[in-house]
Amino acid sequence: MKNNELKIQSDHYAIETNFVNIYYGKFRAVKDVNLKIQPQKINAIIGPSGCGKTTILRAFNRMNDFILTAHLEGEILLHGQNIYHPDVNPVEVRRKIGMVFQRPNPFPKSIRENITWGVKINGYQGNLDDLVEESLRQSALWDEVKDNLDKSALSLSGGQQQRLCIARTIAVKPEIILMDEPCSALDPIATLKIEDLMRELSKLYTIIIVTHNMQQAARASDYTAFFTMDEDRAGVMVEYGETGLIFTRPTDKRTEDYITGRFG
Amino acid sequence: MIDSKNQNGFNHDPKFMHARLKTGKIWHRLFFSSTAIGIMALIILLISIINQSLGFVAVENIKDPQSISTIPFEQLSNQQLIEILKINLSENRLKTIEREKPLLEMGQSELIKLITEKVVDAKVVASWTLWQSIFEKEKISALVEASYPNAQISFRNWLNWDFLVRSFSSRPELAGIRVAIKGSLLIVLIAIAFAFPIGISSAIYLEEYAHPSKWLNRFIQTNIDNLVGIPSIIYGILGLAVFVRTLAPLTSGEVFGIQGLSSRSILSGGLTIGLLILPMFILNAQEAIRAVPKSLRQASYGLGATKWQTIRSHVLPSAVPGILTGSILAVSRAIGETAPLIVVGASTYITSDPSSPFSGFTALPIIIYNWTTRPQDQFRNIASAAIIVLLISLLSLNALAIFLRNHYNQTRVNL
Repeated sequence: MKNNELKIQSDHYAIETNFVNIYYGKFRAVKDVNLKIQPQKINAIIGPSGCGKTTILRAFNRMNDFILTAHLEGEILLHGQNIYHPDVNPVEVRRKIGMVFQRPNPFPKSIRENITWGVKINGYQGNLDDLVEESLRQSALWDEVKDNLDKSALSLSGGQQQRLCIARTIAVKPEIILMDEPCSALDPIATLKIEDLMRELSKLYTIIIVTHNMQQAARASDYTAFFTMDEDRAGVMVEYGETGLIFTRPTDKRTEDYITGRFG
Repeated sequence: MIDSKNQNGFNHDPKFMHARLKTGKIWHRLFFSSTAIGIMALIILLISIINQSLGFVAVENIKDPQSISTIPFEQLSNQQLIEILKINLSENRLKTIEREKPLLEMGQSELIKLITEKVVDAKVVASWTLWQSIFEKEKISALVEASYPNAQISFRNWLNWDFLVRSFSSRPELAGIRVAIKGSLLIVLIAIAFAFPIGISSAIYLEEYAHPSKWLNRFIQTNIDNLVGIPSIIYGILGLAVFVRTLAPLTSGEVFGIQGLSSRSILSGGLTIGLLILPMFILNAQEAIRAVPKSLRQASYGLGATKWQTIRSHVLPSAVPGILTGSILAVSRAIGETAPLIVVGASTYITSDPSSPFSGFTALPIIIYNWTTRPQDQFRNIASAAIIVLLISLLSLNALAIFLRNHYNQTRVNL
């Protein structure tokens, strides 16, 4: 009975971390992070450079596994299950938690193949053409590319490439989409398009976005987590709450200093 | 007054600027002259080879064509030509000729060729380089008149079609490199068939699967790095021990039911060259795989792809151009390898084409080496001609590598 209650409680969050510490070799990059991500919302992670924002984001879909020296202590719960449990297959985790990277990284294939490849390898049986159209419409790219689906994805502009990467991610129907500074390589207009797109997508998906840009977090996110470095250069989470509150009435002095521009 | 030469602690003296520029110019000249020396060496090499492969020759006929037939050969019928052959050649020589192709089946041009080669039998008694032919023409004429009264002077391009398609001969003017070209080709094909799949697979393992923190993997990697630099003759000795001696039943074809052949076969040579290029294949494929952007792998893994799916669909296709160009360059090095083939037992004198992987063999660099060691001048001429053939095949391989690289770079963007 008790167990069940616990499960329902943790199901309330999209993802939950319990005292997560991430090390690169001996260096502790992230210290004791307890974060409860709100489902179907845009969750922003902000903070100064080197505070471990990207590290914690990459921990959510086990991308840190590819960094040989990295290892994690603590647990990250998805539906109450620790994704770092030895029985959990990281491939399965990454399929459920998609990721959009800092620089647009479409495959050097056609626009269509960029979307179909990911779904094919995951054993999708349905109609591929419908799925391509649906994904491209959801990522607001359909009208721009519908006549050129067989052109190379590398012929698109940076903003279009990034939206294609988002389309490719949502095509495999993940539960959560991680975005690692998705607009840092884009111009302001492309950035706005991506932000509008995130708003649309948050109706269906939980979005976690790391951003350097405080204005972006303020205008585009529902919840914000503020990270900073403590004395031993390890990243710590200072606070997490509704974006409006974090930016107007932060509870912590360090948050206030950062968002008012006195630091970082 | 502020010292105009020393404002804010910086030296503004025009002389100082002049000195800085001068230093730069000196280095500029130094680098240019180094390049010039390299280019000069290449040009001299090319000139000396071409110089040897063209030039005047003094030709003496064993039998004067006029004494065989007063009418030019071209106006004779096939019957008459066969008659000439029968009169002038011994029974045995006719038989050996007929064993290849009966006289009656030959066309007129073939018969004329036979007569000029076997009956008239033009012999090159002296040859001169291109340089001498251009600038010392009178001297050559005088010399020929004095020493070879029966000889005629003609200009000869040693690198001609006959040279490419003829088999070996102890007489340089009749010798050709057909057997050597076929031998080189077969050796390289066997080497590629052996080394390419193994090389690519090892590179994939080392780059994608092997954990670099394990000492065994680091040990293997260090060894492969070092193997590239090992002198090729050592590979020859390895090939001799392994392929010629230990695996003799395999390399002589005994396992396949072929009896009586030596294990110093094309197969042994090809496998030895394969061993030689294997570390080059591995290293260069590793580099090509490493050069595939990390972002591409991340994109693939981020969609829930497994390691093999990522390698198969993204890493390998992106690495193919690099793997191909690097491999071609390694192969072009292998074509010129001489030492290991000598050790493995390439023959220097073979007149019959290789008929199977178990035949004895020779290769282009082997005959070049052999010919340059002969005392007669004319062998130097045909050695130069063979060197030109070797150089052309190397250059075309390198050109192919460059073409492939450019082609793939284009298609990646244009699709």
